[in-house]
Amino acid sequence: MSAFLTLLFRNRLAALGAVVIAAILILVLNIPLLPLHDPDVTATADRFMRPFAEGHLLGTDHLGRDLLSRLLHGTRLSLAVGIAAALIAAAIGSAIGIFAGYFGGRTDNIVMRGVDMLMAFPYILLALAIVAALGPGLMNALIAVAAVNVPFFARNIRGITVGLAGREFVDAARLAGMGHIRIVLTELLPNVLPVIVIAMSTTVGWMILETAGLSFLGLGSQPPQADLGSMLGEARSAMISHPHTSIVPGLMIFLIVMSINLLGDGVRDALDPRLRSGALSRPRATTLVKRHGDVPPATDELLAIQDLHTEFHVGKRNLRAVDGVSLAVRPGECLGVIGESGSGKSVTALSVMGLVASPPGVITGGAARFQGEDLIGAPYESLRQKRGNRVAYIFQDPLSTLHPLYRVGQQLAEAIRSHNNLSNTEARVRAIQLLNDVRIPNAKSRVDDYPHEMSGGMRQRVGIAMALANEPDVIIADEPTTALDVTVQAQILSLLDDLRRERGLAIIFITHDFGVVAQLCDRVAVMYAGQIVEEGPTQAVLDAPAHPYTKRLIACVPELGGGRRELAAIPGLPPVLDDLPPGCAFAPRCSKAAKRCRQGEIPLHGPAFHAVRCLFPERAL
Amino acid sequence: MPALKVEHLAKTYPQKRPLFGAAPPGVRAVRPMSFQVETGETLGVVGESGCGKSTLARMLVGLLEPTEGTIEVEGKALGTADPSEFGKLIQYVFQDPQSSLNPRKTIRQVMEAPLKRLHGMAKPARKRRIAEIFASVNLREEFLDRYPHEFSGGQAQRIGIARALAASPRIIILDEPVSALDVSVQAQVLNLLADLKTRFGLTYLFITHDLAVVEAVSERIVVLYFGAVVEIGRADRIFASPRHPYTGLLAESAPVVGRSLKAPEQKGIELPDPLNPPSGCAFAGRCPRATDLCRTREPELKQMGEDQLAACHYPLEN
Amino acid sequence: MGGYILKRLISAVPVLFGITIIVFLIMSLIPGDPATAILGSYATPENVEKLNRELGLDKPMVQRYFIWLGNMLTGDFGRSFSLNRPVIDEVLERFNATMILSGTSFLLCSILGILAGVISAARQYGFADKAITFVVLIGISVPSFFLGMMMILLFAVHLRWLPVSGMYAIYGGGDISDLIRHLIMPALALAAVATGVVARLSRSAMLEVLRQDFVRTARANGVPERRVIMGHALRVAMVSILPVLGIQAGFVLSGAVYIEIVFQWPGVGRMLVDAILARDLLVVQGGVVFVAACYVLFNIAVDVAQSLLDPRIKT
Repeated sequence: MSAFLTLLFRNRLAALGAVVIAAILILVLNIPLLPLHDPDVTATADRFMRPFAEGHLLGTDHLGRDLLSRLLHGTRLSLAVGIAAALIAAAIGSAIGIFAGYFGGRTDNIVMRGVDMLMAFPYILLALAIVAALGPGLMNALIAVAAVNVPFFARNIRGITVGLAGREFVDAARLAGMGHIRIVLTELLPNVLPVIVIAMSTTVGWMILETAGLSFLGLGSQPPQADLGSMLGEARSAMISHPHTSIVPGLMIFLIVMSINLLGDGVRDALDPRLRSGALSRPRATTLVKRHGDVPPATDELLAIQDLHTEFHVGKRNLRAVDGVSLAVRPGECLGVIGESGSGKSVTALSVMGLVASPPGVITGGAARFQGEDLIGAPYESLRQKRGNRVAYIFQDPLSTLHPLYRVGQQLAEAIRSHNNLSNTEARVRAIQLLNDVRIPNAKSRVDDYPHEMSGGMRQRVGIAMALANEPDVIIADEPTTALDVTVQAQILSLLDDLRRERGLAIIFITHDFGVVAQLCDRVAVMYAGQIVEEGPTQAVLDAPAHPYTKRLIACVPELGGGRRELAAIPGLPPVLDDLPPGCAFAPRCSKAAKRCRQGEIPLHGPAFHAVRCLFPERAL
Repeated sequence: MPALKVEHLAKTYPQKRPLFGAAPPGVRAVRPMSFQVETGETLGVVGESGCGKSTLARMLVGLLEPTEGTIEVEGKALGTADPSEFGKLIQYVFQDPQSSLNPRKTIRQVMEAPLKRLHGMAKPARKRRIAEIFASVNLREEFLDRYPHEFSGGQAQRIGIARALAASPRIIILDEPVSALDVSVQAQVLNLLADLKTRFGLTYLFITHDLAVVEAVSERIVVLYFGAVVEIGRADRIFASPRHPYTGLLAESAPVVGRSLKAPEQKGIELPDPLNPPSGCAFAGRCPRATDLCRTREPELKQMGEDQLAACHYPLEN
Repeated sequence: MGGYILKRLISAVPVLFGITIIVFLIMSLIPGDPATAILGSYATPENVEKLNRELGLDKPMVQRYFIWLGNMLTGDFGRSFSLNRPVIDEVLERFNATMILSGTSFLLCSILGILAGVISAARQYGFADKAITFVVLIGISVPSFFLGMMMILLFAVHLRWLPVSGMYAIYGGGDISDLIRHLIMPALALAAVATGVVARLSRSAMLEVLRQDFVRTARANGVPERRVIMGHALRVAMVSILPVLGIQAGFVLSGAVYIEIVFQWPGVGRMLVDAILARDLLVVQGGVVFVAACYVLFNIAVDVAQSLLDPRIKT
C-alpha cells in the first residue's frame, strides 16, 4: 500500500489532482461548520448580484440565493450521487463479470448476450428511458446512471476474469481441492480488484458528469434542491445577461472532473504492473547511443563488434547487458554465440544495427563496424540503408515478427523496395523467387497468404526469405529455431547451412543449444553475464572446453543416446546484471574459484583462435 | 497392479455450429489411447506441438473431462473430472512455474491450500509438514512469506514441485517441467525430481518435447503424433532402434554434437490439419514409406519385438 | 464478404428484439396506471379509458408486447398527444437533424483523435505529446453542455462570428452555407469529449503496437520510419481503435442530447427530453427504439470494416 502511494504521488499531476479533490472534499464535508447563507432562501431584491458583492462572495442567482452556498451544497450532492452511482455500478457489474468469466460456457454466453443488448443502446437513451419510466428526480437519475454503467464493468471485468481463469494457478488451486466459491474469492478476486479500482477511478469522473448532465436537462434533482447540473441548467436562460451564474457551477464541474481524471490516471498507472517499470514506452527508430571513452580503430573485417557495451537503464538500475564484447565474422563463416538467458547474446546481436529497444537500452561504448564503417552512432538514414540491405536479421518467433495484416508477398516486396527502385510487379516476381529459394512449395500461391495461414516452419522460411531479399553480406540469426518443433528445426537449419555455402554469407547465429552450434557453426563464442568467457573453433571448444563454465554447461545438457542417468548441474543461479561481483562473474558458482578470481578484471587471453577468460583454465591453450 | 492405467482415453473438442447446417465433426485432440504406468516407473511422453500431450495431462489430473475412456489409479477407477478427488492421488507440475503461482498469495498460502483442503490438517500439523517438504526440495523456510515474483524460474519450479508433494499424491504428472528453464538450472530440477521419486516412492508421467531429456529420465517412452500413440518402448532402445518412421524422424532431427547437419526431410512439409484430418495414418503425408494402404487405413498399435509397440503398416526394420 | 455482411445482419435480429424487450420492460416500470401517467392530471376518465384500450392495457403483458412490436414493424409507432402527429413522422424528421450534427462530430472526433494519438505516440514525451495530452485532458473533463454555453458567449455573443443557436437562420438562409455556420459550434462542442477519448486510446494503442516484434522486423529490413509508423504500426493499431470508434459513436449520439438543448438544435435528443417532461411516453418509447436500432446497424458497419482490416477475422 505505501509503495502504491509513493508511486502514485511520484506522478505530479496525480498528486495535484489528489490535492484539489481532497480540498473540495474537506470543504463540502465541513459545510455545517462554515458561515454560509441558507442555499434555498430566495431574495428577489438581491437577484443577479455580481461576484465579490457585499455578503455574497460569488454573487447571487436569479432568485437572489447565495451562489457560494448553493455551489458548495450542490458540489456535495453531485459528488455523493456520482460516487454512489460508481460504487453501485462497479459492485453489480463486477459481480456479473466475475461470475460469467469464471464459469464460462453457457452461463457466460447468456449473461454476456444480455450485456451486449444493454450496450447496443447509446447509453443516454437507456438512461432517458429509465428516467422517463420512473419520473424525473435525483434518485432516479442515480439509478439510471448506475444502470447504464453496469454493462461496462461487467464486460471489462469478465474479460480480465476469463484471462485469469485460464491461468495455471487457478488449475493448481482446483488440484489443491479448493471449491468454486473459494477460488473466486481467494484466487480471482485479489487479482481482479486492482482492475476494478482502475475502472472505477477512470469512470467516476464521467459518472459525476453524467448525473450533472441529467440534472442539467431538468431530469435529475428538482427545485429547490440543486446539484451542480441543475444549477447550470437553471442559469442557462440568463447565460447571456448574467454569465457568472453559469460559469461558477460549470467551472466547478470541470475542476472536479479534471482532478478526478488526473488522480484516476495516476491510480491506473500505479496499479498497472506493465506501466510500473516504465515499459509502455515506444522504442525509438534506433538505439540511443551515449558512448564514453574512445571508439576503437577500424579493422578490415567484414563485420566486427569491438568492445561493445550496452546497458538497460530501468529507473535507478543500470543493467550491464553487454559488457565489452568483441567479435568478428568473415565472409562465408558461421559464428555461433551461445549463452543462457540474460547472458547478453541477443542484445549483442541487436546492438549491431541499433535495434535494441530504447528506452531502456543505451549503447555506452565500443563500435560495430561493417567493412570498417562504424554503425553505432551513424546517422539514421545511413543506418537504415544498411539495415536489411547489407546486414539482415532473422528473429526468433516467426508469428510475432511478421506483420499480421499484410500478405507475406507484400512484406517481402516492401523489404525489397525499401532498398531498390523496383515496380510492384517486379518486386512480386522477386518475392516469389525468394519463396522458391527457401523451398516453400507452391510459392506462387503462398505469396498471397497471410502469416497466420502458415505453419511455424513456413513462417520462419518467410523470415529467412525476407533476410535474403536484398542479398546481404551478413545475416544475424537470433534464436531462429527456438520456437519450432525439432523436426521443423532440422529443416530450417539445413536450409540456412545450404544458403550460406551457396552464397558465401556470413552468419552470426545466436542460440542456447550446443547441438545446433555443433552442427552449424565454424566458430563459437560462449557468453556469461554480458561477457565472452571463451571463444574458439567449435570442435575445439566442444571437445575440450577451456573455461570451467563452458565445461560444466556442456555437461548439463543431456545428449540423445546417453541413456537414463544423473545429470551434472551447476549450483547456484546466474548473477543479477546490476550487481555483478568484481572479477569473474562465474566465480560464485565455480568450484575452482580462488581469491584472485574475485578481484579485478580478468582478460580474455590465449592464442588468437582460441581465447578464454579464466585464471585457471581447464586446459592450457 | 499398475499405478496408472488408462483405457481408450479420448478427448474431442466440439466445433462451433455454423449459422446454417449441421455442426462439423469435433477436433480430436486425443484419439482413444491406452497405456499403463507401473508403480515407481517414469513414463516419458514425447511429441511435438499439437500432438495432444497437454490435453492428455489435463485429463489425467481431472482438469478436463474425457470424451470417452477410463482412468484407474492403483486399481481404483476415477469418476468424472473432479480435481479435488483426483488431487489426492495425482498431482500436476506445470510448465510455466511463474504462472502456476497466484501473484497475490504468499508461498505459505499456496502451500497450505492442499494440506487444508485435501487432507484437512490442523495448523500445527500443516506447519510441520510444510517444513518437511521444503527441506526435501532444498528450499529455505524463509521463502514462505515471500511472493512469487521474488523467485527465479528454477526456484519457482521447486515451489511448484513442493506444492504437488504437499498433496501426498501417488503419481505426479510433469508437464514440460524444465522447458522454461535454462540448461544449468534444468539439470538441478531434473536431479531433484529423480531424488524425490526414490525417496517418496512416486510414479511419474513426464511430458516433454525434448528427446534427450525424456531419454535421460524415463524407463519407458510413449511417442505421440497428431493425438495418437504411434510408438511405445523402452527408453534406452526406442530412439536407437525405432520401429515407427515418425520416431525415427524425431531421433534424426534432434541436434546432436558430432553428427553432421542433414535435413531428414528436404521439402517444406505441411503438417496435418486438425480441422480437416487425413484419413488413414496421420503421418502418411510425411512418410517416405507410405502406400495407398497407409492413406486409407489407420494402423493399430501392434507388438513389435520385446516390449515395443508401434502403429505402422510398414515398420522400420532393425 | 457479402456472406459475412448477411451473417452479421442476421445476428443483429436477436439484438434488435432484445432492444425492444428492454425498452418494453423499462416502460412497464411506470408506477400506477400508464394511461394516467401519459395523459397527466388533466385526463378525463373517458380519455384514460380510450387510451387504455388503444394501448391494449387490458391485455396480459406478453400479448401487449407482441401487439406493440407488430405495430412497430408496420411503421406504426403510435400517435403523440403533445404534438398531435404520428410518432414516426416526428422521429424521422428529428433524426435527420441529429444525424447532421452527430455525423459531423463523429467524423471530426475520428480524424482529429487518431491524428493526435499517432503524433503523440510517435513523439512520446516530446513537446507535441505533452501539448496534446494537456488539451485532451481538458477536453475529456469539461462537460459538453458547459463548453457549448461558453462557446456561445465567446463566439456568438462577444465576437459575433457565429449564430447563437438553431439549425437555420429564421429569416432567409436555409442553404448549405447557413447550415454550416450554424453547425460549427455545436459540432465542435459535441466532438470535444470523444476526440479526447479517441486520442488517448489511439496513443496507447500505438505505443503498444510500436513495441511489438514486427515493428522491429520492419526496421531491421530498413523500412523508412515514417512508413513504419503510418503503415505498419497504425494499421495494427486500427484493429483496436475501430471498435472504440463504434462505442464513441454511441457517446456522440448521447452527447447530442445536451448539445441539442444548448444550441436549440431540432434533433431527436431535444424531442426526447421535451417528451419526458411532457410525459409523452409514446414518443420516448418510439424515439429510443428507433435510434437504438440505427446504432445497432451502425455497429454492424463497424464490424464489417473491422473484418476488411483484419484478415484474421473469419468472414
